[in-house]
Parts: sequence; C-alpha cells; structure tokens
Amino acid sequence: MTHAFPHRIAARFAALKAEGRGALIPFLEAWDPDAATSMAILRGMPGAGADLIEIGCPFTDPMADGPTIQRAGQRALKAGAKMVHTLAMVREFRRENTTIPVILMGYLNPILSYGAERFCVDAAASGVDGLIVVDLPTEEADMMAPFAAANGLDIIRLVAPTTDAQRLPKVLDGSSGFVYYVSITGITGTRSASLADLHTALPKVRAHTDLPIAIGFGVRTPAQAAEAVQVADAAVVASALIDTLQGSLDADGRPGPNTVRLVLDQIRGLADAVRGARVAA
Amino acid sequence: MSTTVASRVPPSATVHGANSLRTGPDARGKFGGFGGRFVAETLMPLILEVEQAYETAKADPSFRTELDYLLKNYVGRPSPMWFAERLTKLYGGAKIYFKRDELNHTGAHKINSCVGQILLARRMGKTRIIAETGAGQHGVATATVCALFGLPCTVYMGATDVERQAPNVFRMKLLGAEVKAVTSGAATLKDAMNEALRDWVANVTDTYYLIGTVAGPHPYPMMVRDFQSVIGEEAKLQLHEAEGKLPDVAVAAIGGGSNAMGLFHPFLDDPSVQLIGVEAAGHGLDTHQHAASLSRGRPGVLHGNRTYLLQDEDGQIEEAHSISAGLDYPGIGPEHSWLHEIKRVEYVAATDNEALAAFQQCCRAEGIIPALEPAHALAHVAKIAPAMSPEKIILMNLCGRGDKDIFTVAGHLGVKL
Repeated sequence: MTHAFPHRIAARFAALKAEGRGALIPFLEAWDPDAATSMAILRGMPGAGADLIEIGCPFTDPMADGPTIQRAGQRALKAGAKMVHTLAMVREFRRENTTIPVILMGYLNPILSYGAERFCVDAAASGVDGLIVVDLPTEEADMMAPFAAANGLDIIRLVAPTTDAQRLPKVLDGSSGFVYYVSITGITGTRSASLADLHTALPKVRAHTDLPIAIGFGVRTPAQAAEAVQVADAAVVASALIDTLQGSLDADGRPGPNTVRLVLDQIRGLADAVRGARVAA
Repeated sequence: MSTTVASRVPPSATVHGANSLRTGPDARGKFGGFGGRFVAETLMPLILEVEQAYETAKADPSFRTELDYLLKNYVGRPSPMWFAERLTKLYGGAKIYFKRDELNHTGAHKINSCVGQILLARRMGKTRIIAETGAGQHGVATATVCALFGLPCTVYMGATDVERQAPNVFRMKLLGAEVKAVTSGAATLKDAMNEALRDWVANVTDTYYLIGTVAGPHPYPMMVRDFQSVIGEEAKLQLHEAEGKLPDVAVAAIGGGSNAMGLFHPFLDDPSVQLIGVEAAGHGLDTHQHAASLSRGRPGVLHGNRTYLLQDEDGQIEEAHSISAGLDYPGIGPEHSWLHEIKRVEYVAATDNEALAAFQQCCRAEGIIPALEPAHALAHVAKIAPAMSPEKIILMNLCGRGDKDIFTVAGHLGVKL
C-alpha cells in the first residue's frame, strides 16, 4: 500500500523497534508560558532525546487534566494562544526537522470551532502527524475520522483501565499510529500506576492490536519512564515537565533565564533512562 | 367538568406517535444534532453502565413505586398549582398560574431528579455520590438525598458561588456533605462541573455522579428530563382541573434548563401551547455579561454534549454572567438546543434588573419570595401578559424559593443585612 503522506509515526516506531528500544514522548503546552519559550522548548526537544513530540492545544475546560496542565493551558490562553498559533509552531518546527513525529493533543471544541475538516487539512499541511482528541470517544469518532484519514493524520485513541475486553476492539477499530494507554483511572499528573498494574494491563491491549502502545498519565521520573518502555513501546511525560517549567517562572508567570534549559535537561534524563532500559525487540 | 374536555387531556403515560417530539434522544443520545457522549475513554464504560442501569430501572415497576413513594411523602408532591390573582390584576391581561415547585422539600425542583438518581445509584451499588452546584439548590438537594440514604456526598461548587450562596453552603454541611470550593477557571458552575467530572474519572468504581441539570453526556439529559417531567405532567392535570383546558403559554427560566425541560416536555406534542424559555440576559444581551447561550451562543461541545455554548471565535468557553447563580452557565441542555432549532420553543431573555423587579413584585403581590431563577421567568410573564386577553392562560414554573437569594437581592437594593 502506498501513502501520499510521510507517516512519520509508523516510520519512527519501526526504526526504534529495529534499535530494540522504546520511545520517549515529551509533552509541551503550546504557548506556555509564551510563544517564544514554548517554541524554544519544541526546537530543543529532538536534541534532548525526544523520539516523538506531543503538543497540547490550550483549552479553557480541560476536563481530563489535573491542576498542572490546567494551569499550563491558562498561562497559554493568557498569552493569547489560538489554534492557528499551535499549527504555526509546528510549521516553523518543520522547517528544521522533517522526521520526528508531532502529535497534537486537545479537546474537541476548539477543533470544531476551527472546523473539523479545515483543521485536519491545516494540521496536515503544517506537519502534524497525529491527533489525540480527549473528549472524542469511539462512539463520536465519525465527526473527525473521515477528515483525518483524508489528510493522512493518525487518530490516536485512548485506552483506559476501564476499557474492558468487550469494548477494546471497538475502541481500537479506526485507531492508527499508536495506542495511548491511560495508565490510571484519573486525571493527568495526579498519581502513577504500579509496574504490576502495567504488567497485567498491557498484554490485554496487545492481544487486540499490532499498533505500538504508549503509556501516559502518571509517568514522571526517569525510572518510571524506563519501566513504562519495558512493558510498552513508549512513555509520555507531561505534567512532570510542566511542573519544572512552572517552577522556573517568576511571580508574574514570566520565564526565567533557565526555563528552557531546565525542561530540556529533564528530557535528557528521561531519554537516557528510556535508552538504557534495553527493551528486547 | 365534562368528559369530552377530560378526554382531550392525554394522561401522563402517552403513547407517542411517529410525529411526536417526545421520543428523543436517539440511540446515540442525540436530539437532532445535539447531545451525544463526548467524554474521555476512562468514563465511557461508566456512562454506558449508567444508561443500561437507567433503562433497566425504568422497566422495573418497583423502581417507579419507590420513586412515587418518595416524591409523594418526602418531596411533598404533587406541588400545588396557584392562580396568581393579584399579579394577574397587576399585569392586566392573561390569567397567570404558578406551578409551585418552590414548595418542594429543599425549596426547588432539583430534588425531583435527585430522588430518582439516588435510587439509581443504589441499584448500581455505588457507595459515594458527587455533584456540582451553582446556586447551591442542586447541592442541597443532593446532600439531602445522600443523608436520607446514608451515602457520603461531595459537592463541587465554584469558589465565587460559595461566597455568594453562603446559606446553601452551610445547609449542605449541616446535611453532612463535603463542599469543595473550586478555584480553577472562573470558579463558577462550569468549573464545578469540570471538577466533578475529574473526580468521577478518578473514582469510577464506587462513585455515582448525580448531575443536576439536563446537560452532561447521554443519558443524563434524557434521564434528568424524565425525572423532572413530573412538573409538566402534574401541571397539565392540575390546570385541566382548574380551567378545563391546556395553558396557552408555558414559561420557565433556563440555566442548564432542567426545570424548563420538566415543564415543557409533557406539552411538546400540544401545538396550541406556546412554550417560552427565559435565559438570563445579565447586564444585557449586547454586553459580554450574560448567560444567554441560545440567544448569543453557537453550537460546540462541552461537558459531554454538543449544544449551544457561549464561546469565543477560537472555541474557548466564555464566562457567563447572571445575578442568579443558578443561571450562570455558558451552555444549555442539548434538548433545548434542538427545540430552539426546530422552533418548537421560543427562547427569550430577561436582564438582572428585570428579574429583580419581578422578584419584588412577586413578594408584594403574592406573598411569595421567589428564587432569582424563576424571577427571570416572571419578568417575561410581565412583558407578555398585559397584551394577552383575560381568557388566555399563562403557566409559569415557580421552580425555587428565594430564601437563598435574600443576601444577593439586599446587596443590589443597597440594604445591609
């Protein structure tokens, strides 16, 4: 089957599989705390060891997110972030990097407001590879799926501990790129799954899909990231990085001189752990 | 009363025909293009479980029996129908009737749905209840049924509302509920609902989310409407007893829209009954300080359903404003959005000042202190009644009493309590 689109996600996971290791997927919220800082973090991510990049699209009412990502979104919106700006960030990033997959994570309303079809056209043209739309379960997926498919965008579905064996095939049907396993019942950045939980849960998901599986929600430390890629194919780290960013801001929410460096250093530490985990291919 | 007239009034358990407007939502929880189930995957299985449990309960006569028992003996239903004779004279036109749901236990219509949902939660084996509240009426009603059933209760309430609805906060605490002040976002009702959804995601196994209005993901808009429809069903029979006919106009205030949906639904297939929903115009529809989602919003997705929302051009949700905390919500139940688009219900708006004026008129003319929510409905009644002939009948849902609002009203009238 030939594709008119680059399919960077599949290519990246194939390459990592050949290398025998899992992927690190760091997250940043677009325009948090401002356009220049988040652009600098995005630019630095590949060099710091990111294998794929997830960018959050700010929304006023992020119902699956904990306080950390809520505040990131509020800072971004205060800075004036709009959907066009998020897409512009990716476009600018693509001028210097054409290989690393970029995934947008967000909520449905700003996408519908932009126009579902126009959004998929513009996202693909900007160099976005996949979409995670938190509040678009499989039951409502037909609102986006045709437009995403027509523009070569992977729809990355969330699978949760509450997704049972009966429901799983339905959720995976129409998924592409990779599967995002939400490792806890809860919101982002609040608690972490135990390794035992992951060892129980992941094989059940694997039994239903050949797609790579990323673990997110509650992966904070290099040790947790290393654990995650021993049972899955990738680890998503979000709130822990935003906590670092937030901690470097001054009282007025402006970035400090070390903001970008601190976040990228943390990504380096996570990347080293993921690379050292030595997953058997 | 002649039997011919009586036979024209359908009983509450109507069999809906093919052209009925009362058959929604469809299997996907949609009313036309509105409604649905827009929640994160973690919640999806639970939403489906609630739907299944509700369908099973509906088909179980013992559920209905227990619900009816509670509605009669605990809530105090049926609530009376009151001919507001002095207000009728004051406005000088149509006859005005109040459906007095403010006389329910806990002082508002919210309890109707709470007793239904707590029975459902118990059937589902849930051991902890959460709820969101704006004005605090739904929080109080939820805390009340939780006390009755001995279940722990956590109520999420915007920090702004905690401040302006202090009496209700204290009531909830007296009833044994934990009130969590929500400081995220604008710290009002929508943020309380976000926070309740976040709690639910984290406590899926033991917790039931008792939603207060006809919003949220399917099946909530349908289920809350069903439980609130007792308002319209009783009103239809009571008005038939009093006047031998249907009302010409039925009016209700709208925030999320539960009291209005409860009043309107039994009348949807009666084309002679004009239905009017009154949104909160706050400082005015052409200011940015109102809560009129249908008059000034556009469709989008929030809190699990597609509906009209107050939002900016980038799809960010805007803050609502109303003197009434219970109407201070940037969305509206999806069935209202559909009824708006098919033009079965007319949606208008009343400002803070109009509501305040109606509030005072109701106190002095009828000896009833209404909540600020139905004061918005009365403000619209005051606009339309004078131009109607005295044979015409306006039915208004007096959905809550005003004890909780006396501090807010005093503040606006420049009185220190």
